[in-house]
Amino acid sequence: MNLRKLTSVGVVSLAAAGFTNAAQAEDLTLCWAAWDPANALVELSKEFEEQSGHTMHFEFVPWPNFADRMLNELNSGGKLCDLLIGDSQWIGGGAENGHYVKLNDFFDKEGISMSDFAPATVYAYSTWPKGTPNYYALPAMGDANGWFYRKDWFSRDDIRAAYKQATGQELGEPKTQKELLQIAQFFQEREIDGKKVYGAAIFTERGSEGITMGVTSALYPWGFEYENTPGKYDMEGAVNSPEAVEALEFYKELYETATPPGYTNSYMGESLDAFKSGQVAMAMNWFAFFPGLYADPNTGGDKIDFFVNPPQNVPGSTLGGQGISVVSYSDKQEASLEYIKWFADPKVQAKWWSMGGYSAHNSVLGSDTFEDSAPFAGDFLVAMENVKDFWQEPTYAELLLAMQKRIHDYVVADQGTAKEALDKLIEDWTEVFEDEGKL
Amino acid sequence: MIEKPLNRLAQATPTPIARRVKGLSDRAIAWIFVGPTIFLLLVINIFPLIWTINLSFTNFKANRIGREIEYIGLRNYERILGDSDIWLSMQATAHFLFWTLFLQVIIGFTLAWLINRKFRGNDLWTTIIVLPMMLSPAVVGNFWTFLYQPQIGLFNYVVAFFTGADPSSFEMLGSVNLAPWAIVIVDTWMWTPFVMLICLAGLRSIPNYIYEAAEVDRASKLRQFFTITIPMVLPFLMLAILFRGIENFKMFDLVVQLTGGGPGSTTELASINLKREAFEKWRTGYSSAFAIILFVTVFGLASIYVKALNKVKER
Repeated sequence: MNLRKLTSVGVVSLAAAGFTNAAQAEDLTLCWAAWDPANALVELSKEFEEQSGHTMHFEFVPWPNFADRMLNELNSGGKLCDLLIGDSQWIGGGAENGHYVKLNDFFDKEGISMSDFAPATVYAYSTWPKGTPNYYALPAMGDANGWFYRKDWFSRDDIRAAYKQATGQELGEPKTQKELLQIAQFFQEREIDGKKVYGAAIFTERGSEGITMGVTSALYPWGFEYENTPGKYDMEGAVNSPEAVEALEFYKELYETATPPGYTNSYMGESLDAFKSGQVAMAMNWFAFFPGLYADPNTGGDKIDFFVNPPQNVPGSTLGGQGISVVSYSDKQEASLEYIKWFADPKVQAKWWSMGGYSAHNSVLGSDTFEDSAPFAGDFLVAMENVKDFWQEPTYAELLLAMQKRIHDYVVADQGTAKEALDKLIEDWTEVFEDEGKL
Repeated sequence: MIEKPLNRLAQATPTPIARRVKGLSDRAIAWIFVGPTIFLLLVINIFPLIWTINLSFTNFKANRIGREIEYIGLRNYERILGDSDIWLSMQATAHFLFWTLFLQVIIGFTLAWLINRKFRGNDLWTTIIVLPMMLSPAVVGNFWTFLYQPQIGLFNYVVAFFTGADPSSFEMLGSVNLAPWAIVIVDTWMWTPFVMLICLAGLRSIPNYIYEAAEVDRASKLRQFFTITIPMVLPFLMLAILFRGIENFKMFDLVVQLTGGGPGSTTELASINLKREAFEKWRTGYSSAFAIILFVTVFGLASIYVKALNKVKER
């Protein structure tokens, strides 16, 4: 072979090699909400980039706009996201409207078993129709609504004595919802270290999902059900049951008697601000924020502790969290599936938990060291045993907005009674299901 | 002097083009100029309008592309007009519209009348007064949220200073009674300068000799104000009301930023309700019907108003 031929072969080989690499290496975009766990995922994903040669890009949208932005993207068949960590309630719409790729064949091929993940998370984040073995997402981030409080205040002798005198009981983590209210009312407008503080920061936000996520944290422990018979959409007597009415009245009382002034449109950010600024004794928020809260130099560490949403008639927590799906409009589905395969690996899942993400993998949750790995880890396990989610129907947005309106009208705007609010909610939901042909 | 560049332009036109244009009638040339605009108007305005009207008679949902679209006649319109929540949002819109226009006209005209007087620092004050309308509504909404904050908000402290009330004893954005006024105050703060500028233009267009003639006739200042100033500024004022009226009927961004339509649905103006129906609930057919109703309302009212404005101008 003469020199010219050798050079030609070399050039062609190099070009071919370059082409092969370019064809394999993709730029993937993962979409999620902008919050602490998302930052952890960016770090975690660097390992995937090194292993696969793909480049990860991230599109994080603040929570109040997350649903709006992402559902618009999906409904318009947009190609912005190759991978989407979407809210649990989107799974119905994602599956029925063809937004998400069905993952059953892929799971079978790659040996990914859903039995390796916590059953509650698989049910909530992955399946549609609910509970059937049709998977549209891999559980990515387990989450539930929980509580945290000022441990340093709760352990002060003067405050404990004052509480004992006022209520005849010992001050400690509330064991019931009503006890939670009592503690919150005790702290309301109390002066601590020369500063007026308030009882509790709860969710009251009107625009997206805030007040619904807050009020369901009271409804579920009272035994609230969406239907009398699952799958029948027979809501009369369930949604407006005496227990549901009592729970709604409870939430209104909590809002009116134990929250800071001006707390009329508050969600995750406001709850964190109220707690970190030393305004409130207790606050509700998603477990996802707990690592950051514990690490906070001012109100974290020894000053904070956590508890599961207290039961009343039954144990119950509002489900948060998301599954990771491949968007069906993506041109890079192969590479996206590679990411999911990598993410499902137990080692990656263990690292995910260590970095602040809430793994739903049994190998992580079931390990001997898990409960002691963080002060809120044990609470997380307890919460996840009794989680309940909002409707996951394709029309979830309509159902959610109706609830936002009816609950906010009653709790914050003080219009009508709890029974009327729930009756109107049934009317709204009935109309939605009738439009869908389900009633 | 003027002809020279034109001649140069004519000479510079390539002969083939000149020949082609030479053969066109005036009407054809007119169509060439107007055609692109009409085309854009049809594509961007008229077609979507017709399409929206068409959708308003269906049960179409933009997030359920695969679902069969049914024509349901006037059912969407019936549901909207019979929905008490829609009427509440129209009531909230009417409250917002009336009070913002009323306050902006009164304050805007008064400011224009004061600024029109010659005094030192006149220009500086004009600049300071018009600053709010140069800001983005999102920014204005955001910082007024802080001003209205019951614990740290400047607004509450100012009110407390004058009334002696506890600053955190009232919530401008959280109270059902105060929230509708909170949004009126912010819109008035932001857009009164606009009304002022238009009134100022009207005041400065009144020739001095009219006032001089009135002085000669010994007309009092009050009479001059009511018989010269007000009638001559009125067309300008009405124009300002028209602009602000149309804008505030469609008000969205500022109020969303301030209250998000709350507390409850107290400040849920028609446009906020429409956006929720169209892009959050995805009831496209229903929201198309609602959009048509709003369009017809604002178009009808504006047409009547413009006729009245023309009559005032003709006087």
